[in-house]
Amino acid sequence: MTTAQDGLRAGLLGIEDLSRTEIEWILRRAKEFQRQQTPGRKLDTLRGRMVVLLFFESSTRTRTSFEIAAKRLGADSVSISVAASSVSKGESLVDTLNTLAAMRPDAIVMRHAASGAPHFLARHLPIPIINAGDGTHEHPTQALLDAMTILDHRPSLEGLKVAIIGDIAHSRVARSNVHLLTKFGADVVLCGPPTLLPEELGRLAPGVKLTYRMDEAIRGADVIMMLRVQLERQFETTFPAGEYFGFYGLRQEHVELARPDVIVMHPGPINRGRELSSEVADSQQSVILNQVENGVFVRMAVLERVLP
Amino acid sequence: MLVIRNGRVIDPASGLDAVCDVYLAAGRVAAVGANLDAPSSAAVFDATGMTVAPGFIDMHVHLREPGFEHAESIETGARAAAAGGFTSVCCMPNTSPVNDSATVTSYIIERAKQKSVVNIYPIGAITKGSKGEELAGIGAMVKAGAVAISDDGRPVMNSRVMRRAMELAKSHDIPVIDHCEDLNLSAGGDMHEGETSVRRGLRGIPSAAEDVMVARDILLAEVTGARFHVAHISTHHAVAMVAFAKKRGLKVSCEATPHHFVLADSDTAPYDSNYKMKPPLRGKHDVAAVLEGLVDGTVEVIATDHAPHAGSEKMQEFERCPFGITGLETAIGITLEELVHPGRITLRKMIELYTTGPARVMGLDRGTLTPGAPADVTIFDTATAWTYDVNKTQSKSKNSPFHGHTYKGGPVATIVAGRIVWQR
Repeated sequence: MTTAQDGLRAGLLGIEDLSRTEIEWILRRAKEFQRQQTPGRKLDTLRGRMVVLLFFESSTRTRTSFEIAAKRLGADSVSISVAASSVSKGESLVDTLNTLAAMRPDAIVMRHAASGAPHFLARHLPIPIINAGDGTHEHPTQALLDAMTILDHRPSLEGLKVAIIGDIAHSRVARSNVHLLTKFGADVVLCGPPTLLPEELGRLAPGVKLTYRMDEAIRGADVIMMLRVQLERQFETTFPAGEYFGFYGLRQEHVELARPDVIVMHPGPINRGRELSSEVADSQQSVILNQVENGVFVRMAVLERVLP
Repeated sequence: MLVIRNGRVIDPASGLDAVCDVYLAAGRVAAVGANLDAPSSAAVFDATGMTVAPGFIDMHVHLREPGFEHAESIETGARAAAAGGFTSVCCMPNTSPVNDSATVTSYIIERAKQKSVVNIYPIGAITKGSKGEELAGIGAMVKAGAVAISDDGRPVMNSRVMRRAMELAKSHDIPVIDHCEDLNLSAGGDMHEGETSVRRGLRGIPSAAEDVMVARDILLAEVTGARFHVAHISTHHAVAMVAFAKKRGLKVSCEATPHHFVLADSDTAPYDSNYKMKPPLRGKHDVAAVLEGLVDGTVEVIATDHAPHAGSEKMQEFERCPFGITGLETAIGITLEELVHPGRITLRKMIELYTTGPARVMGLDRGTLTPGAPADVTIFDTATAWTYDVNKTQSKSKNSPFHGHTYKGGPVATIVAGRIVWQR
C-alpha cells in the first residue's frame, strides 16, 4: 500500500491510503497543467519513458484520457485491451503481468474487473502500478479529477455538502470519492435504494451519512454526483429496473432543492433517462464535460509523480 | 514396544493427570503408571517436561485423493497430520470421483493402509456426486468403513433430501455433518459481509447464510432424532442455536476451526487468498462467541478443515481463488496460544477438544490412554518457541495465513499403533 512516506513512487492503488499532502500536490500540479495548456502542445518531461495501459475491462474514456496525458508529457504509451475471456482460457494474470514487466515499462496503468487485482500484482511486481479502476473497490484518478472539478467552482472542499446518488454498493467511484472528500472535511451523503446501499458504507470514513431519499440527500447540497447504474456489475436483481428513474433519477425538481450554485457531476458515460434527465444533463449546473477535461490534467500530474 | 517416560500424562477419559509413564505394546496401551517396569528391549522416549496425551483426532480434513493429487494425497496429508500431532483424521468426500459409494470408500481405506502413517476414516457423501438430489449409497459406504456422511462444501439445499438423509443416518448410527451455507444467500461472495468487505469492494457472504441452515438442520434433527453436527461453526447466532438445541436434549454438536477462533475479517491482509475460506472469517463478535462456546462446552471439537490448494490456484485475483487453507500443522500451536496460555481453558480441556470430543461425535473407539486402547499418543510441549515455516510443510500445499507466526509450544512426537511416525 502506498503510504505518505514512499509517496506515489510505488504507484497509485487507491485514495484510502493516500495522505492529504500527496493529494494536494497532485491537485496543485494538475491546476498548473490546466493553466499552461495550449491545445496540442506537448511537454517533454517524460520523454523516453514507457507507460503500458493494460485494460482488462473495456473503457474508452479512461484509457484515452491516460493515453493523452502520457503523450502530452512526451511519454510513449502502449495500450493493450485484454478480454477477460481470453485470460480465463490461457495466461493467468500473474503471467500476463510478468511478461509485460520483462519488457521493462516505467509504469503500468491497469483496469481490472476484480477488486484488489492491482494490489495483488503490486505485491509481486517491482513496477509502479496505477489503478485505473479495480472492480467495485477504487478508482483513484476519478476522485482526483472530481475534486479538481469541484475546486474549479469552490474555494475549498471543507464543509461542502456532497450528495452521491445511485448504485453505491458497486461503485468504485463512490468509494474513492468518499475517501478523498472526507479527508478534506466535506460532508458526504450517500443515497440509493437499500439493496445498493449497505449500512456499512456509513463507516467508510467519518462524516458520511446514508439516506434512501433523494430529497433528503440533495437539500442544501453544494455538489450532486450521480453514479452510473452499473447493471453489468450486478450479480442479482437489486431493484426493479422500471422503477429506477422514478425513485433515483435526477430531475430539475430535485436540483431546485440544492443550493442555487449547485454543480451536477457524473463520471460518465451518462444514461439519459436512467440516472438523470436530459434537461439536467444539459443544464447550466452540469459540469460533466469539465470533469472529462480535468481528467487529462490529473492523470498528467499522477504520471509525473509516479515516474521517478 | 515403547515406553514413554516421565511426561505429564493427561487422559481426560479416565481423569488421569500425573507425571508418569505410558507403556505401549502390541499396538495397544499396555500400562500407565509411575516407574513402570518394561522389558529392556522396549524403546524409551524421554518425555520429561512434555505433555503426553491420547492421539489427537482431526474430524475434518481434505486429503484430495482421489482426483486432486496435485494439491494433496493421502500420503502427504497423513504426513502433515502426523507433523501436526494428529494420529487420526476423517476425510471429507469432495474428491473426484466424490466418495459417494462403497467403491470409493474402500479405495480410500485401501490407499490409507498402503500410504498413510495415521489412521484415516472416510466420510461418505450424503447425495450422489454431492449434487444434493439423489441419496448416495449410505448403507454400503458405512459397511465399507465410512464413519459419517456430509456433502461438505456443497451443502444439501433441499430440506426434504436432508431429512431423508438424517433418517437413514440414524438407522446406521452415524452423524450427519453439515457445512451450513445457504448457497443462494452466499452466491458470489468472497469474504464475510461486513464493513471490511464493503470497504474492499468485495462481495460478502452474510452470517445469515450459515444461520438459516443451522436453524433448518436443528429442526430436522429434532424431527428425525438424528445425530447432527455443525461443521466449522463461525457465527454467534449459530453458536447460540447449537446451545439451544443441546438444552433441548437434541443430539446436536459442533466443531470450530483454529482460524475461526483466532482471526476476524478485519484481521486479514487485503486481497490475500490465504485468508479466503468458507465459511469466511467473521466479525469480532462472532470470534468472541466461538471462543465462548469453546469455553462453555457448546463447541466440543476443534477440527482444522485442512483444505490444501496448489500454489497456482491461490496465485490469482482474489475473487477467482478457491476457498480453503491448510491447518493440520498449526492447530496445536494456535490452540495453546489462543486458548490455553491466556487461561481461557485448561490443558485438559484442550486435550478433550482434540480427543474425547471428536471420538464421541464420530463414534470412534479412540481418544483415551486407558489400558487396552489403541496405542495412539500425541506428545507436545507447551513452552518451546517455534516459528511456522510453510516452505517446510509436509503437505503438498502452502496456503496458510500462519506462515512466519511464532508459537509457544507445539507437537513433539506422534505415535500411531505404538510406532513413532513423526518427531520434531
